[in-house]
Amino acid sequence: MEQDWIWGLVGGVLIGLAGSVYLLVNGRIMGASGIIGGLVDGSGWSTAKERILFIAGLFVAPIFIIPMYREVDTHLTENLWVVVVAGLLVGVGTRFANGCTSGHGVCGISRMSLRGMVATVFYIIAGGVMMIFARHILGII
Amino acid sequence: MRNLAALLSGGLFGIGLTVSGMIDTTKVQGWLDVFGEWDPTLAFVIGGALIPMSIAWRLTNNRKPLAGGEFPPPPAPVIGRNLILGSTLFGMGWGLAGLCPGPAIASLSVGGSGGIVFVAAMAFGMLMAPALKARLDTAVPVAS
Repeated sequence: MEQDWIWGLVGGVLIGLAGSVYLLVNGRIMGASGIIGGLVDGSGWSTAKERILFIAGLFVAPIFIIPMYREVDTHLTENLWVVVVAGLLVGVGTRFANGCTSGHGVCGISRMSLRGMVATVFYIIAGGVMMIFARHILGII
Repeated sequence: MRNLAALLSGGLFGIGLTVSGMIDTTKVQGWLDVFGEWDPTLAFVIGGALIPMSIAWRLTNNRKPLAGGEFPPPPAPVIGRNLILGSTLFGMGWGLAGLCPGPAIASLSVGGSGGIVFVAAMAFGMLMAPALKARLDTAVPVAS
C-alpha cells in the first residue's frame, strides 16, 4: 500500500507519454471519450482506423503485464443496475462536456486550458458528492 | 505512421492505467471518498501524466505534427452549460462505478462481465448524447 503512490506516479508518466505520442505524431488530443465517442456516433469515422488501433492498444497492452501481478481485480460493483446507470452517466456526460479525465484532465490542464480545469473541478466534486450520497447515505456502493 | 502511433499510444495508455492501479475501481472511489479511507494515488497519477504532457505541448510551438496536418488550436475559453452539465453527469457516473472511459476499456482485459456491461451502457450513452443535446438546445437555448 505504501508504494501505491510511486506506482501511481510511474503509471501517470506512462499515461502522459501516451498523450505526448498521440499529440506530437498525430496532432490529436488523447481523450478516451472523444476517441470512442467519435466511433460510436459516427462523427469520427473519417479517422476510424487510428481510433480503432488506439482502442485496440488500450485493451490489449494490459494483457501482457497483468500476469506480472499476483492478483488484479477491478473490484467493480456486482450491482448491475449501478453499473448500467454509471455507464450511461459517463457516456452522456463525457460527450456533453466534450472530454473526460484524459482529455480535459491530463491533456487540458497540461495546456493550461480553462475549459479543462473547470471540467476537472466539476467532475471531481460531482464524484465526491456521489460517493457521499451513494456510499454513506444510500449504502449502495 | 499515424496508425502505428495510435496503437503505441493506446498501448502505453493501457499499461500506464494498469501500473498506476487506475483500473481498480477502489482506488478511484478511494480518491473521491474524502469521508472514507481516502486514497491519494489518483493525484499522483494525474501529476505524473502532466509532466510529459506539459513538455509535449511546449514542443508543439512553431512545429507541425510528425505525421502531418496541424496541431489542435486552443479551444475558445467558453465555459458553457454543456461543459458544466456534462462534467457533473460524468463525475456522478465516475463516482458511482469508479470507472472513466479509458480505464473502462483497459479493465476489459482483466475479464468479468461487469466491465462489458459498463462499456455497453457507456457506448449507448455516447450514442444518445447528440440527440439529447439537440433536445436540450431547443428546450433551453443557450450558447454551448
